[in-house]
Amino acid sequence: MTHDANTEMDRFGVDRDQVKPRRKRRGGRGEDLMVPEAEFRSYYGRPIIKAPVWKNPDVPLYLFLGGLAGSSSVLAAMASATDRPTLRRASRLAAAGGAVGGTVFLVHDLHRPQRFLHMLRVFKPTSPLSVGTWILSPFATFAGLTAATEVTGWFRRTGNVTGVAAAVVGPALATYTAVLFSNTAVPTWHEAHRHLPVLFGSSAAAAGGGFGLVFASVADNAPAARLAVTGAVVELATERTMEHDLGMLADVYEKGRAKTLMTASKACLVAGAVGAVVGRRKRWSAALSGLALLAGSALTRFGVFDAGIASANDPAHIVVPQRERIRRREESTRAGSTPPDRRYAPSAGS
Amino acid sequence: MTNVFDAFSGASTSLYGELPNPAEDAGFDGERPKRVGFFTDTSVCIGCKACEVACKEWNLVPDDGSDASDLYRLTGMSYDNTGDLGASTWRHVAFIEDVRPHSGASAATGDRASTATGVEVTTGHLPSALPAVSGGPVPGAPRDAATAPPDGGTVDLLALLPDDGASGATGNGAQGAHGQQTPDDERDVRWLMSSDVCKHCTHAGCLDNCPTGALFRTEFGTVVVQDDICNGCGYCVPSCPYGVIDVRESDGGAHKCTLCYDRLGSGLEPACAKACPTNSIQFGDLDELQATADARLAELHGRGVEEARLYGRDPDDGVGGDGAFFLLLDEPEVYGLPPDPIVTTRDLPEMWRNAALTALGLGVAAVASFWRARK
Repeated sequence: MTHDANTEMDRFGVDRDQVKPRRKRRGGRGEDLMVPEAEFRSYYGRPIIKAPVWKNPDVPLYLFLGGLAGSSSVLAAMASATDRPTLRRASRLAAAGGAVGGTVFLVHDLHRPQRFLHMLRVFKPTSPLSVGTWILSPFATFAGLTAATEVTGWFRRTGNVTGVAAAVVGPALATYTAVLFSNTAVPTWHEAHRHLPVLFGSSAAAAGGGFGLVFASVADNAPAARLAVTGAVVELATERTMEHDLGMLADVYEKGRAKTLMTASKACLVAGAVGAVVGRRKRWSAALSGLALLAGSALTRFGVFDAGIASANDPAHIVVPQRERIRRREESTRAGSTPPDRRYAPSAGS
Repeated sequence: MTNVFDAFSGASTSLYGELPNPAEDAGFDGERPKRVGFFTDTSVCIGCKACEVACKEWNLVPDDGSDASDLYRLTGMSYDNTGDLGASTWRHVAFIEDVRPHSGASAATGDRASTATGVEVTTGHLPSALPAVSGGPVPGAPRDAATAPPDGGTVDLLALLPDDGASGATGNGAQGAHGQQTPDDERDVRWLMSSDVCKHCTHAGCLDNCPTGALFRTEFGTVVVQDDICNGCGYCVPSCPYGVIDVRESDGGAHKCTLCYDRLGSGLEPACAKACPTNSIQFGDLDELQATADARLAELHGRGVEEARLYGRDPDDGVGGDGAFFLLLDEPEVYGLPPDPIVTTRDLPEMWRNAALTALGLGVAAVASFWRARK
């Protein structure tokens, strides 16, 4: 039960706003509720599942850096093939920097960081974190080697080969983190398992393209701008769809810090995308747009992370959808057959 | 899980569904003990917390407060000052003080209750009378102790006493407010007690999500953390649909009930079951426990205790059935248990498919952005 102050606060409801169910919510969009407004019972309003003990900002930053690195690696390989030296250089450095920085955050997030190599004991397809480790390790190696050849100018051909290898692995690094989040019991994450990969993938595109806009010359940055704008548009659309499909579970995106972060993220993405379309050919406006896109991408990860913590701490997110599930199942299997746990009970009992 | 491809093919039940023998699925062949578990019959639990103490004693589980001032922390909600299961709490006795309008009393005083406050007093069977958390604090309206204080403060136990005290609304109630089933009082008070524990699921989300292999399935079919392997990544914590496992801040490792793996190896029963004075916690081979539980449920229903139900008994439920299951006297959520947990790995094959397709899409988008781009 002992955690850092942040977790402790979230978990034990000092921040009651995150734990208490709302009376009236989702103003004009009430008809979109996946489950109807329902009273629910709980054990003194306490959380039912444990909120992730992952550290903030380590994990959201790792997600952002992984996405940045993943999409940058593809940009770098393509820039190398199409002879865009400034974009190649920027993207290669972003890929390596993102991978190395992400690894540092991932290790720091461990509660026993000296044992980080235990991650490589096994390969477990059932564990997204294990798979992610095995994606990150080769990627960081390839991207690091590529960046080293870029900086030193030695073994350029080897650098091109390792750059392609990194680009093959890169996109997986950007999207596996969606599985990492959705393969938990956290309702807002788990129920978004069809949206999160697209959200994180497009967010990664916005970040990689944004980085290219900031650091590549205007002569080279057209592909970066295209990728960034595509990413931003898809991300905004996916985020909207996700909140719609989540129904009552989306309420965590509409209050508290998650709301602030997601709103800021949308503003940054819109500004960055518009800037990239309009001002790509001017150095300063391209750089500003790129920064906005990077910020938007990072803020999305922070917002999704915060929403998940709030969701885990809200017993309504567990009880109400699960009760609804039971109700539907009983309807479909039809009355008369009482659920197995009440085999001897009259169905009117509850 | 014996084969990676089998597990994701959809033909196997390694990730979800009914699985008669999880130990065999984990790779134990030949001679091995039968699957063991707990049957916790909460109808005879007296809330003594001997199980909590015995567990701490045997397993050397440290104090769960963070400092001395926190040591005697009171939750302010009931006689449960443990709160929940965690890294340093492997048995947790939930205590629910269930105060509700007494049907007879409300018939007699119904006019007063509903007209004086302008609120319809809900009576009748329990669930509708216990809208925990959802109902607002209406002045004068009956409120139960299972309702969280709306402002985040503590529960005022005095406020839960009947307004007119022992004199009784009908004039002949002489019982104390906290006596069980006070017939002439305005309210019934019922105490529900339940010793919660790790469920040792047939499909354990914590185990499948553990990236280091620190969590493993024992030959007894239970789920145990190897502390010398765990690197404190914390992935098991949100993976548990019951909120059992947690990371201990003092040593950084994840901890939970081992079902006394060390004692099992020596042919002893787990410490909590050994210490339980009313045999509320029963240990044994799972199939025998299930038969015992079915008989007990039938007995209780025969006696008219219709609210009795088994929780985690069904091998066809969302986690493939629990190794530690319960007989409850109310809805699971009243005890802090999820009403219909589903192991998160049920959707894992689809998640991997989605992520792989999206990765492909991201790669294609990045490559396509170079299509005919001007320099």
